[in-house]
Amino acid sequence: MPRSMTMAEKILADHAGLDEVVPGQLVECDLDGVLANDITAPIAIKTVHEIGAGVFDKDRIFLVPDHYSPNKDIKSAEQTKVTRDFAHENAITNYFEQGCMGIEHALLPEQGIVVPGDLVIGADSHTCTYGGIGAFSTGVGSTDAGVGMATGRAWFKVPETIRFVIDGELPAGACAKDVILYVIGMIGVDGALYCAMEFSGTTIENLSVEGRLTIANMAIEAGGKAGLFEVDETCRAYMDRRAKRPYREYHPDVDARYRQVIHIDAADIVPTVSWPHLPSNTHPVAESRGIVIDQAVIGSCTNGRIEDMRAAADVLRDRTVNPNVRCIVIPATQGVWLQCVHEGLMDVFVNAHCVVSTPTCGPCLGGYMGILAAGERCVSSTNRNFVGRMGDPTSEVYLASPAVAAASAVAGHIALPSDL
Amino acid sequence: MQFEGTVFRYGRDVDTDVIIPARYLNTSDPAELARHCLEDLDATFVSRVRPGDIIVAEENFGCGSSREHAPVAIKAAGISCVIAKSFARIFYRNSINMGLPILECPEAVDAISDGDVVSVDADEGTITDETTGRVFHAQPFPPFIQEIINDGGLVARTKRVMAEKNA
Repeated sequence: MPRSMTMAEKILADHAGLDEVVPGQLVECDLDGVLANDITAPIAIKTVHEIGAGVFDKDRIFLVPDHYSPNKDIKSAEQTKVTRDFAHENAITNYFEQGCMGIEHALLPEQGIVVPGDLVIGADSHTCTYGGIGAFSTGVGSTDAGVGMATGRAWFKVPETIRFVIDGELPAGACAKDVILYVIGMIGVDGALYCAMEFSGTTIENLSVEGRLTIANMAIEAGGKAGLFEVDETCRAYMDRRAKRPYREYHPDVDARYRQVIHIDAADIVPTVSWPHLPSNTHPVAESRGIVIDQAVIGSCTNGRIEDMRAAADVLRDRTVNPNVRCIVIPATQGVWLQCVHEGLMDVFVNAHCVVSTPTCGPCLGGYMGILAAGERCVSSTNRNFVGRMGDPTSEVYLASPAVAAASAVAGHIALPSDL
Repeated sequence: MQFEGTVFRYGRDVDTDVIIPARYLNTSDPAELARHCLEDLDATFVSRVRPGDIIVAEENFGCGSSREHAPVAIKAAGISCVIAKSFARIFYRNSINMGLPILECPEAVDAISDGDVVSVDADEGTITDETTGRVFHAQPFPPFIQEIINDGGLVARTKRVMAEKNA
């Protein structure tokens, strides 16, 4: 009998061809997929060329130009061209051209390209998102991704796991985004450094897959290597109509050893805002109402899925954005965009005076499509509020849920939907 | 590998957005990235840094985005080595993979002041504050990671391993 293991340990052991692993052990694993985007792919591609052995599997490399595309300038156009040319030369099946694309971490689960039980690395820190569907996925740099593309393998230090048991019903107005902001506020931006995070409890069981992806997405903002959720009926129902490959479920052993088990009562989780300049600088929305804003962004790999669009539209319906605010709505994929059309959400956004953009990471990382001037403030459903993240170094980003971002856009200051 | 340089000392949670802001990520040219290294944290860094200089920082250095442009920019700016109490995981991997020497040593970080002259023996993990005369020992790397460093980075190691398999 192998030792009792956590989800992270089981997935890594299996992909290393071992019966068991222990935290701290360095293992080399077979990968199910390797991801890069238009910013990180060019350096990864250079690595593939330096190794000179081609790619390990044309079906297991995922290239998504999403950060600066549609191309924002000539240099960006050249970076996406490098990515496109490489995809064509190597007959990469999962290259997503503008018009078929989406923000990578929304797109890959939605299209069933990443499936439960996968081991995936991606040259983007929010690759940890796929833990929401029970995959071990983690962000790496371009060199790691390039070596992964060439060899199909990567080295890992088996992480210790911190288990979060969240039970009970969330208070009115609180959602998955508030859960992860609460956790980051509690443990800090390096509270899970080098660790995997496992999420469980009745609150988690009652969350949609979209909500779980939101939580897993921000594991990195606590320093986490992965944020893992067990596959259950909700996840199976989500995957069964999407999965492009058969998938495998990994469940933690009941007596698995954790670095720490943290119990959280969902009743303590209120609608939350992370003030500048760290995601851990959390405050209740109720204590943030005095903060006047210039912009609201609703979208990103954290909160650009259909559930997020619906939450924003529910607030914006029959209302208009405050004349002193620009409200930018970015459905995360072409699929979400079309769903917004079918459900009439586009009418809501346009009638409310929102800008609605094609899928892009754009403003989240201060790339384009909503850059802030000196001293401006933005409430954003994105994931980072570091100095200069969305523009001028003196601008400020406040992280919140899509509903709070929408309510703030209408109010002109940070607000709850119930304030309107 | 041995280095000596003047210390630029920073606080905790120095993120990759301030190391190299995304507005410059439409290129991966090291020289161009170096021109904007740390500009949102310390606007004078680029004009003051000299080849061989050393960054000393508190916990969680390099947190945030996975952009390899961050260690690339630091190295291209002339920094020989980064000493911190701890590093964010992806930055740690990236630095090893592309050959930016990094050392974890909380005691050294507590004792070294901005502007001190520090010498480092990266192979031995020895850090000497030449200004105060104090000597510190960094945590050694696990053997597997030391092997990547000795090979000259992950690409060189991968080529060696592949060549050995084909031999």
